[in-house]
Amino acid sequence: MAGFFAAIAWLIGNVMANFAALDKSFGFGFLWELPANYDINQTLIDYNSQDTHARAALVGLINTGLVAILGIVIATVLGFTLGAMRLSSNWLVAKFAYCFVEFTRNVPVLLHILLWHGIIIHTLPHPRQALGLGNSIFLSNRGFYIPRPVFEDGAWVLFAAFIVGIAIAVLVRRHAKTIRDTTGRSIPVFWIGAIAIIGLPAIAYVAAGTQVSFELPAFRGFNYQGGLTLIPELVALTWALSIYTAAFIAENVRGGILAVHKGQREAAESLGLRPNRVLTLVVLPQALRVIIPPLTSQYLNLTKNSSLAIAIGYMDLVATLGGITLNQTGREMESMLLVMLIYLAISLFIASLMNWFNRSVRLIER
Amino acid sequence: MTGPVTTPRSYPPGQYPNLPPPRGTTGLSGWLRANLFSSTANTILTLVFTGLLVEFLMAAVDWFFLGSVIDARSRVECRQTGSGACWAVIAIRVEQFTYGFYPLAERWRPNFAFVLLFVALAPVLFDRTPYRRQMMIFSLAYPFIAAWLIHGGLGLKIVDTHLYGGFLLTLIVGVTGIVASLPLGIGLALGRQSRLLSIRLICICFIEFMRGVPLIALLFVASTMLNYFLPPGTSFNLLVRVLIMVTLFASAYVAEVLRGGLQAIPLGQIEAADALGLSYWKTTWLITLPQALKISIPGIVNTFIALYKDTTLVVIIGLLDPLGIGRAVLADAKWTGLSTEIYLFCALFFFVSCFAMSRYSLWLEKRLNTNYLSE
Repeated sequence: MAGFFAAIAWLIGNVMANFAALDKSFGFGFLWELPANYDINQTLIDYNSQDTHARAALVGLINTGLVAILGIVIATVLGFTLGAMRLSSNWLVAKFAYCFVEFTRNVPVLLHILLWHGIIIHTLPHPRQALGLGNSIFLSNRGFYIPRPVFEDGAWVLFAAFIVGIAIAVLVRRHAKTIRDTTGRSIPVFWIGAIAIIGLPAIAYVAAGTQVSFELPAFRGFNYQGGLTLIPELVALTWALSIYTAAFIAENVRGGILAVHKGQREAAESLGLRPNRVLTLVVLPQALRVIIPPLTSQYLNLTKNSSLAIAIGYMDLVATLGGITLNQTGREMESMLLVMLIYLAISLFIASLMNWFNRSVRLIER
Repeated sequence: MTGPVTTPRSYPPGQYPNLPPPRGTTGLSGWLRANLFSSTANTILTLVFTGLLVEFLMAAVDWFFLGSVIDARSRVECRQTGSGACWAVIAIRVEQFTYGFYPLAERWRPNFAFVLLFVALAPVLFDRTPYRRQMMIFSLAYPFIAAWLIHGGLGLKIVDTHLYGGFLLTLIVGVTGIVASLPLGIGLALGRQSRLLSIRLICICFIEFMRGVPLIALLFVASTMLNYFLPPGTSFNLLVRVLIMVTLFASAYVAEVLRGGLQAIPLGQIEAADALGLSYWKTTWLITLPQALKISIPGIVNTFIALYKDTTLVVIIGLLDPLGIGRAVLADAKWTGLSTEIYLFCALFFFVSCFAMSRYSLWLEKRLNTNYLSE
């Protein structure tokens, strides 16, 4: 123990001696005092180059969050699909999923990112000849252009209807469980819920007149105006991270489903449950217990891998605070310390969230 | 005797032992029916998939082979002669992709080290290698021999580390990380189980920190600020700094895998060792560690695969691994825009080596499965 503290003291002593030799000070004031003086190619909050370094770092952090959330959602959907495909009774589908998973996960994620970025930049056409899907989505080497929803004054009605729909679905579900527990009858919860969640906003939309319109991208001058622009870096990074992580999730899902004993499925079938219910009531709840812990680490990996954004110039936390800010201010120690602490906090946050979810699906033993 | 033999309508069990299986359940047609056309939905799925696959494969074959150009001086020349991939860029730069800027006259050294790598690996990977014990001694010495061969000294010309590049660099970082992180990971895993609170806390903090931070941030630390932590005036090679960081990073993951292995060992094993009067070190060395390692080898190999793939990140701090070479080539006006070809070529290299490692891991898992612990 003493040795450990001695080592720490030695390291800190070295740092102080080095800082003194270079005439540097330690402090985080630079974050608020200096204008950042650099532009960021994707800003979800207001930002210009005269804002502070702290603001730039926040923009970077939000960009990291955007990629992480989009990536986690897409990777989960894709991963579960691929995992199910690998277990398909159709030979062709199973083999296709197998090949896709093996090819994807045995290639470094950085290579995926660079490859997809290169494909978008070099093989998609210039905005002038952009590939159009209908007249609302356009793909070009400068980015993907999609319609942007514009919420007008009455839009809150839609959100209210949506929330009421969710509330109804939750209540119906709870009620259905009591009915099932007491009488054994089951109610089609899924359909009632779906109608409530989708139907109510639809009725509100029709009844209260148009509150939402879509602004379509249109080609004007040299580029598209209007609509939402997804920059190539965002598309490439999200897609590459998603398929890479999905390949790992697929393996976890497959392993989880295979880990459920065959007898469980057979018993459920012999009780007369329909295949759908065998899956949702018997196999999946047991498989989830096996799937969730590795799924957590895949989410963490995806979030940490999003830091590779710097390789293609997507301005995430590492590229702003740990990149340009670091180079401009020369505050290596403070910048990297902050970057690492933020990642550590994100990791711990996701881990605790997933641990909580894991506890809720855990086998309750008597 | 009474008319032609008619096929009976029903088959009472046991009466017709020699009847052939029903048509369409065996052989090729049986296989097709069971695996591709078992139901209407399956048939539709098969047909749609076949259509898409054929379409995709035709386009891929066209791009990869039929329309590709391998003999050209520039991208423009490629585009004039063919419509597909421009493999000429790889053909011309393949030596750079392999060795980086390693001097031409000395390239027999990494080649020789590469061959020796397999000699050193054989006894480690396969327990039926002849003369395994003697070969193991060579395996232990191999890292030093390889370092001497590649770097030089003691009669060999010294080759500076900034000349290393390409797949050679990938292998240097990967192999060093793998070799050095295993003992460190074992130490950390044991430390995490230690009865001394202080040691346990230090190990937990180190492991969780390393696992919570992206490798790229650690590499930035290595490239920009590691010097601050050393006595003023000392500075050492960037490659060495990267190797240290990669090793520390991987060792945390190895330690986590090994912790799972250590936790899987029944307490009775340790109690039995205690009852026999073995000391802590003897218990660890003879009882727990061998069993834990055996269980966790597949997991450790997976960690190594991840580490091997992560070696590509060194490109971001300016080392010239295959991706770094690729970027340099893309910056050349003659070849600009051929990123797909270059990155697919690198992907092939990584796929082959990582796939081989994962197959080995699976094979080992099957072999070790006879153990009573994993039953």
